[in-house]
Amino acid sequence: MEDRELTQEIKPPVHTKSPARWLKDNLFNTWYNVLLSCLVLVVLFFAFKTLLTWAFTEATWGVIPANLQLFGVGAYPREQIWRVWSVIYIFCLLVGLSAGIWGALTLRFALVLGGVWFIGALSPFELSTRGWFLGAVAITAGSLLLGRGRTNLRPWILGAWLLSFPLIMTVLRGFGENGVLTSNWGGLLLTLILAVVGIVVSFPLGVFLALCRQSDLPAIRWISTAYIEAVRGVPLITILFMGNILVPIFMPGLDINQVLRMMLGITFFSAAYMAENVRGGLQGIPRGQHEAAQAIGLNYVQTMLFIVLPQALRSVIPAIVGQFIALFKDTSLVAIIGLIDLLGVARSVIANPDWFGLQAEVYLFAAIIYFIFSYSMSYGSQEIETALGVGNT
Amino acid sequence: MKTHLTEPQGKIKDPIIVCEDVHKWFDDFHVLKGITTSFEKGEKAVICGPSGSGKSTFIRTLNRLEEHQRGKIIVDGVELSDDLRNINLIRQEVGMVFQQFNLFPHLSNLENITLGPIRVRKMTKSEAEEIALSLLERVDIADQAYKFPAEISGGQQQRVAIARALAMEPKIMLFDEPTSALDPEMITEVLDVMRELARSGMTMLVVTHEMGFAREVADRILFFDEGAIVEDAAPADFFDNPQHERTKLFISQTLQH
Ligand SMILES: Nc1ncnc2c1ncn2[C@@H]1O[C@H](COP(=O)(O)OP(=O)(O)OP(=O)(O)O)[C@@H](O)[C@H]1O
Ligand SMILES: [Mg+2]
Repeated sequence: MEDRELTQEIKPPVHTKSPARWLKDNLFNTWYNVLLSCLVLVVLFFAFKTLLTWAFTEATWGVIPANLQLFGVGAYPREQIWRVWSVIYIFCLLVGLSAGIWGALTLRFALVLGGVWFIGALSPFELSTRGWFLGAVAITAGSLLLGRGRTNLRPWILGAWLLSFPLIMTVLRGFGENGVLTSNWGGLLLTLILAVVGIVVSFPLGVFLALCRQSDLPAIRWISTAYIEAVRGVPLITILFMGNILVPIFMPGLDINQVLRMMLGITFFSAAYMAENVRGGLQGIPRGQHEAAQAIGLNYVQTMLFIVLPQALRSVIPAIVGQFIALFKDTSLVAIIGLIDLLGVARSVIANPDWFGLQAEVYLFAAIIYFIFSYSMSYGSQEIETALGVGNT
Repeated sequence: MKTHLTEPQGKIKDPIIVCEDVHKWFDDFHVLKGITTSFEKGEKAVICGPSGSGKSTFIRTLNRLEEHQRGKIIVDGVELSDDLRNINLIRQEVGMVFQQFNLFPHLSNLENITLGPIRVRKMTKSEAEEIALSLLERVDIADQAYKFPAEISGGQQQRVAIARALAMEPKIMLFDEPTSALDPEMITEVLDVMRELARSGMTMLVVTHEMGFAREVADRILFFDEGAIVEDAAPADFFDNPQHERTKLFISQTLQH
């Protein structure tokens, strides 16, 4: 009995600090810290005061709701808007199913997504729009419930995500004259499409380039190195220009539209940076890992796929997501060849005499939209890092 | 010199590894200078020698982690060449245990062991797990199956590494200083597993400085110096009646502590 007392496990002590205590320890612990903290507080107060006064008294926010559809889809024709909603529904379906099956971060994402649709449904839009929003809520929730616990569907859902890609493009474009020309795609829709295509294609391409750069075959190594260095030596804007002008000149038979040209430019540009990020991760993997994998008979592809890449990619998640975020924001450069993405819409709204002089409101709105998406990616990356932290030395 | 050849029935009956005049260079540095020897099925050979003498390099050429540039190596009837199929065939027959364990940190101990059987031997997951669990039982750490390598001690990690190699059902096991990175109290638990493996009839080549283990388990001790086999003898002869000055010096130095 006594032995038991002696070896009894006790919980580690928990230190909770009151907010006052925290403030004292962190902001007011020395005289110069006190001074610095007060100074910062004063600056913050005046900065926010000016901003808030402006936002609530002077700003004319009416410009945002009046142009919401423009911000959302640009010149996408109204009578074809069902195409956009269909794409959103496909997306909701897949997100819901994934959330049901995987849970964790995907579940939180689905809940936030559903929440956004729900707010949309409650907002004072036209009735038809609110109906579409309500549909999105229903599909997200329904597919979530449908997917719950069906872990055996995992490979199918992954496949569906891949297939959804061409499907979404087809639905958005439609066919021939009855469809919607890509030159009419615009606003946030265009920004997201360019970003998602860029991210999803440049990632595997970057991994491939990084592996090539480490290849034992000199020719492959040189080609990949030359590509990476060439692309990294040129600004994205130049590549986009060249894509727009040179592709039609050198491949006159190849009739690819401007959106596709921009997708290619962004993807090839991003892949070079991605490759360098991944290479950093690959270099951090000790030789012993390769050798142990080879010693149990794994071939090159298996060694990379099961041993090296999972560790290498995990270690460079912050850099990779940083690259994704940069790509997302860089899509705004497509404006230079006349595509009207989110930022392009912002500019055209300001140019409209009806909304003269409202730059601050419009740009602030665009900035907030960019921020929401960028921060979500950043947040997601931190969550993924934490989730993958298990067993990491 | 080759004592085992001159023993009454010591003729090699069934060699599973044959090396003929194996040379290896790192750039201009001549690491292996003509190794000629062979190992029988079920034989336990201990390889020792001073640091930098090429012990690791030698056993790593046997599963082609290092390439030899001259001579011939035949493992289980297959000659090691540039042919990738041969290399992969041989790696399935030859298990290897490293000084630094080299477990895969992103996989659980169980997954470390099942990876090879599933991906290379094409077993189903449940078959592989059954084998892995029985191997973990055999190396006496069944309770650590679902932990990650970083969560167990060095001795336990090395035993997982041994189980990982055994899961491929190899005919030959290579050990490169399997206890050198371990604290003294953990050395015994790893050596015990190796003793048990030796009793089961496995062909084993062990680079080690554990002379007690060598005397007890080895059929043969090979002494390497400057990329060549200087002495090759049964343990009794090796320790009590070494033929070469270098060997005598080495034995007196290692047995001091
Ligand atoms: N990849 C390599 N490139 C160049 N030189 C190497 C390489 N690997 C080993 N060497 C050199 O080859 C020689 C033999 O190395 P090896 O690792 O085989 O020695 P060892 O007998 O195992 O020594 P130790 O007891 O220190 O492990 C050493 O001088 C070492 O520096
Ligand atoms: Mg060594």
